[in-house]
Amino acid sequence: MRTRRIAGMYRAALVLVLAALCGGAYASEHAEEGGYGSDWQSWRANTNVANLSSLQRGARNFFSYCYGCHSLKYVRYSRLAKDLAIPTDLMQKHLLPAGAEMTDYVVTSLPVADGEAWFGKAPPDLSLIVRARGADYVYQFLKTFYVDPSKPVTGVNNLALDGTAMPHVLSDLEGLKRAVFRTVEHTGENGEVVTERVFDHFEEVTPGRMSTEEYDVFVRDLVTFLDYVGEPSQLVRRSVGVWVILFLLVFTWLAWLLKREYWKDVH
Amino acid sequence: MATVVHPPGGAPAVKTGRLRAWINKRLPVEEFIANQLTGYYAPKNFNIWYFFGSLALLVLVIQLLTGIFLTMFYKPGEATAFDSVEFIMREVEWGWLIRYMHSTGASFFFIVVYLHMFRALLYGSYKAPRELLWIIGMLVYLALMAEAFFGYVLPWGNMSFWGAQVIVNLFGTIPVIGPGLVEWIRGDYGIADATLNRFFALHVVAVPLALLLLVMLHLVALRRTGSNNPDGIEIKEKLGPDGKPLDGIPFHPYYTVKDVVGVGVFLVFYAIVVFFVPEFGGLFLETPNFEPANPMSTPEHIAPVWYFTPYYAILRAVPDQRLGALLMLLSVLAFLFLPWLDRSKVKSVRYRGWMFRTALTVFAISFVALGYLGLQPAEGVYVVLARIFTVLYFAFFLLMPIYTRLDPVKPVPERVTYHAHA
Repeated sequence: MRTRRIAGMYRAALVLVLAALCGGAYASEHAEEGGYGSDWQSWRANTNVANLSSLQRGARNFFSYCYGCHSLKYVRYSRLAKDLAIPTDLMQKHLLPAGAEMTDYVVTSLPVADGEAWFGKAPPDLSLIVRARGADYVYQFLKTFYVDPSKPVTGVNNLALDGTAMPHVLSDLEGLKRAVFRTVEHTGENGEVVTERVFDHFEEVTPGRMSTEEYDVFVRDLVTFLDYVGEPSQLVRRSVGVWVILFLLVFTWLAWLLKREYWKDVH
Repeated sequence: MATVVHPPGGAPAVKTGRLRAWINKRLPVEEFIANQLTGYYAPKNFNIWYFFGSLALLVLVIQLLTGIFLTMFYKPGEATAFDSVEFIMREVEWGWLIRYMHSTGASFFFIVVYLHMFRALLYGSYKAPRELLWIIGMLVYLALMAEAFFGYVLPWGNMSFWGAQVIVNLFGTIPVIGPGLVEWIRGDYGIADATLNRFFALHVVAVPLALLLLVMLHLVALRRTGSNNPDGIEIKEKLGPDGKPLDGIPFHPYYTVKDVVGVGVFLVFYAIVVFFVPEFGGLFLETPNFEPANPMSTPEHIAPVWYFTPYYAILRAVPDQRLGALLMLLSVLAFLFLPWLDRSKVKSVRYRGWMFRTALTVFAISFVALGYLGLQPAEGVYVVLARIFTVLYFAFFLLMPIYTRLDPVKPVPERVTYHAHA
């Protein structure tokens, strides 16, 4: 637990140093038309909770990168093992924290007070994040971190959640990127000229261990897992629904035949 | 092993007959069934609009049954409510199904009731001799609104909290007693633990009791006057030699068997929502309600659930809050006066003239449009449109004595229109 905390602080510090060093660097392999990221608001998570391997990879990603600070306080390890078809022995070996029981809820070891002290805000529980904000939001959030030296704690900012207190914990995978803004002038309500800073595109600062495509898959798996976590019953809900509706159609048809038989007498 | 001897000649049947006689001597079971079902004659020309009464009863039963099971696991209280709902959704066997049936049921209750009410407007079912039937029905609707509101607060999501804040504060616009009244309703200086607990009591005990009583009275009044029908003709005025209405058929088996078909079709739609789109794009379950109540963070824009939005749009269309609240109240209560505002000689829209038809169409469009506008932020063109539709909404009621009297009505036939299906 202690090492994890130190690792978190170290990562934040690293981000800060990198941001200061590479602030002016230019590396734009994505500077195509409009530039990489100019369409970030239209990025879709396209999660599919029926994809079991995506769910399993997402769980692995969560426990590797998120669980250090974030809880899933409504979810038990045993439920994850069952729903994600993870054998109990593997679960205990790789995902279950030391001393925890399978029936325990997924609660981070980061104390709330430490979270508040380090980030100014305790990292939120992620059980319902996808239900509350939508899968696309979480997907966009994890893909729009950019270096921002004006943020003293984390050194990064985010397009989807401006001023986020969260450091870019996936930067070793994604790398770091800079946001290029342009200034737009338009006429305000009372005819005055309003200048606005609008995001234009991203530029790579340092590459990560993953390619853009690999990172996309990584984030998509993670969001798929969080989508499932938001509503575990969705794994069975739809398949039960198909049978219920088939039954109701047959029932309605029979009822209609019965009705027609009775109503033959009515003239 | 003992030998079982079966007496020949169906002895049990005789026993059943005796049991029946014994019971009926003490409790009028068969008399009740004869009065209410087999001997109750309903017009034979009911159309699709006449399914929604029995469907409303079905949804009431669904809500009561699922509600009982939810109550077994739900824990009212600021610290426990939100978590207990998630517990139901995740850890109670089939809890998610029961919860979705209840949350979807709430919306379907209003869909069904709105169609049921519109049927009454179409065929003049509120007119004499059914004024009390209509008024009791409106009281059912008011109780339903209260029930839905209290229930909406219970999951203690952020929109529950802020919705309760907005609605309860409306009472603060009442002159003199307003502020004190708001405090008395909340039981605290803000929407808090005390509010949640009393809303729970009202939602699961007080209002359901009132609802059941009113629904029973609604049915008693219906049995007294008999159902109206799409032709708006009183079938009791044309009796056959046996003293039964010529255009009537026994409710049971004819309408029980027909209503079962309606139930089947209804349940298909209901199941599609429950199993495939329980949030219904944020209309039936709103996304801010997946975050716990937070007095420090207001949702981007506060809107009630869709079934209250027509009235909410009226509230916001008026610049003065007190006047807006008053208009909102009047927009609901206006329905109570329909039996006396309508001066037409005919009941059904089939035999009314262009004036009533136009008025009813404009009213229906206004109601739906206000419902849409109530979901939008109150700014710009939305406010202008809300004002226009608010005026049209009230014009339907206020001008009714005039246009129903001037309306060129058609002659009403002697007997109901009915084409037997092959």
